[in-house]
Amino acid sequence: MTEYFNLLWHDYTLRTITLGTAVLGAICGMLGSFAVLRKESLLGDAISHAALPGIALAFIITGAKDSATLLLGALVSGLIGTYWIRGITSKTHLKSDTALGLILSTFFGFGMLLLTFIQKQPNANQAGLDKYLFGQAATLVESDVKLMVIVTAVSLVVLLLFWKEFKILLFDPDYTKTIGFNTKFIDVLVTFFIVLAIVLGLQTVGVVLMSAILLAPAAAARQWTNSLSTMVLLAGLVGALSGIFGTAISASQDNLSTGPVIVLVASVFVLFSLIFAPGRGLLFREIRFRNNRKDLELMKTLQFMYDIARDHENISHPHAIRILNNFQGYTKGSLKKLENEDLITLDGPDWALTQKGFDTAAEMYNQHMNNE
Amino acid sequence: MSSPQIEIQIIAAVVAMACAIPGVFLVLRKMALISDAISHSILPGIVIGFFITQDLNSPLLILFAAFVGVLTVVLVEYIQKTGLVKEDTAIGLVFPALFSIGVIMISKNAGDVHLDVDAVLLGELAFAPFDSMMIDGTDWGPKSLWIMGSILIVIISLLLLFFKELKVSTFDAGLSASLGISPVVIHYGLMSVSSITVVGAFDAVGAILVVALMIAPAATAYLLTEDLKRMIVLSIFFGVLAAISGYWFANWLDASISGSIATTLGIIFLIVYLFAPKKGLISVLYRQKQQQIEVSLITFLLHLNRHDEKRERHINHLREHIDWQEAKAQKVLNLALKNNLVEIENDIVFLTEKGLTFTEKSLAYIIENKHEKIDSMKDDFFLFRG
Repeated sequence: MTEYFNLLWHDYTLRTITLGTAVLGAICGMLGSFAVLRKESLLGDAISHAALPGIALAFIITGAKDSATLLLGALVSGLIGTYWIRGITSKTHLKSDTALGLILSTFFGFGMLLLTFIQKQPNANQAGLDKYLFGQAATLVESDVKLMVIVTAVSLVVLLLFWKEFKILLFDPDYTKTIGFNTKFIDVLVTFFIVLAIVLGLQTVGVVLMSAILLAPAAAARQWTNSLSTMVLLAGLVGALSGIFGTAISASQDNLSTGPVIVLVASVFVLFSLIFAPGRGLLFREIRFRNNRKDLELMKTLQFMYDIARDHENISHPHAIRILNNFQGYTKGSLKKLENEDLITLDGPDWALTQKGFDTAAEMYNQHMNNE
Repeated sequence: MSSPQIEIQIIAAVVAMACAIPGVFLVLRKMALISDAISHSILPGIVIGFFITQDLNSPLLILFAAFVGVLTVVLVEYIQKTGLVKEDTAIGLVFPALFSIGVIMISKNAGDVHLDVDAVLLGELAFAPFDSMMIDGTDWGPKSLWIMGSILIVIISLLLLFFKELKVSTFDAGLSASLGISPVVIHYGLMSVSSITVVGAFDAVGAILVVALMIAPAATAYLLTEDLKRMIVLSIFFGVLAAISGYWFANWLDASISGSIATTLGIIFLIVYLFAPKKGLISVLYRQKQQQIEVSLITFLLHLNRHDEKRERHINHLREHIDWQEAKAQKVLNLALKNNLVEIENDIVFLTEKGLTFTEKSLAYIIENKHEKIDSMKDDFFLFRG
């Protein structure tokens, strides 16, 4: 472990890659939160596939191979894909899943057509274009990371400037419109930055797995909080950690590409959150469920005792535990618990209601009556 | 045309048909993206199956990978049921994770596996004819043709056998359950068939083209018809059309066949999306414009009907009062005049007899908001046909 940190400190390449994946994870996590909350989780998948022809076309037109030019092409074609999806869902009766799948597969096919076309060109120096398919974090150089940091900084500024607008549009678009915000503009802005984040990640994790980097941190963060700002921060953190751990794991082994490892690390975060998040998590939900059931049974027993005791003048008149037998809701443990809560007293084979127990049960009866 | 060329086209056409049929049901059931998820997540299934069988075309491998495909669906549904994430998020979480596992398995065993991710994702149709089925030293034609041919036959027989069940459970799950047709059985049946199709096709055409061949023909057909049988036939037609023309396009460009077929599918969809008679973009925009004018006209007539004062009905005042721009006001006024709904006397606008009845009927429609009213109105005053 310390050895790895040592290496991280001294090895320039590793440091660049780690920084790159961390920044990428952070920005994707933050912007991904908006995609997830807008129920557009899979838009990321479609956009990343739709960006491929843009990369190929940018290369064919300019002949340049630097990331900035290619990513600009990706951005344009990603945006075209996104708005075509919007057009299909708003103007026809086709549903969003069909629109997404359609754009995703046909744009990707078109991108592949162009890529193979480029490869067959005799003069083209096309090597390196296929890294966008599956991503190669190892090809990240300082200028790429700089680009990422700049884009991240810009999107952070925009995020802070338009925070209120983004938030209100997210939760109540109609209200946003009625109080006079330009919803179209805000919507375009959010979409633009989501596309930007995806395009930025293509080089590192590739077209196929990009959507997971966008989705997974946000889905994990969502489980821990109900506040948007906390969720965005948490998602950024989870994304950054996934990037750092993913790079570390893949660097420590041979033949392990970074993209898939980052995705798996992020998936582990999601799994952990789904199970262990307090409040929403599956584990705590199960515990709460069981506690509720136990409580209910306890109250049922108390109710039954109350039915017996109220026929007697003295409510604390002892009765044999035996007569509870025909009632299935009690165990030794539950009687003990009732006694601990001062609701009944136990004396050898007998039980008796206390005043407190009698009042509690009577109170429950009243509530029941009132509800009816 | 040489014999491999013909074989490639036949394989492409068979794959297109086999994909189009389950694709129609996936699109109708709003589960189109499940095909995308399955096509990615079968990767670990294929790798493990390959370790066991050492043969990419073994039926065992296909079954194994198809099982992983169904497992994907089950996983997605389980995560969805927890209610912790939305449905589409569940899909987006499951398939990249499984795909990553597959990629890592391949790269860790790169030496032993003659299998690379590119091939799974993109396929290479051009090589399909050369992988022949050899029995006792005789060449029986391309293996993938045999595999996809059998899958196609199974799909068609299942479709014919269970057409009614599929139809009912797709359009009305409640009715189908009450008729004793379990929607769950049909659902998992469809998922299994889709998985098997995807797995069978990936080797020939690649995972992404499978998605294109499943979704695009069905989506295109859905823009043209609402009849299930016709939709299936049209999807098959579009699929095969794209497969054949895509092949020649690729041939001409000397580029990836599967990419070219997917592109052709996209182009066919684009054309239908723009020009489809009822559901196409152009006719939708035209209709929306018409409706806009219709609403304006009714607003205008109602205004006339409401006000008796001359001031309110003066031709210049109307423009200000309803707050329309001049061009629009002029257009609406002309339209009303042309249809004899209003008359102008000394710059004061009057409703004619016909206009009065029309206005009252529209008022009745607005108040009661019943469609029967507007139907009879269309018969009376078909304003804008022609």
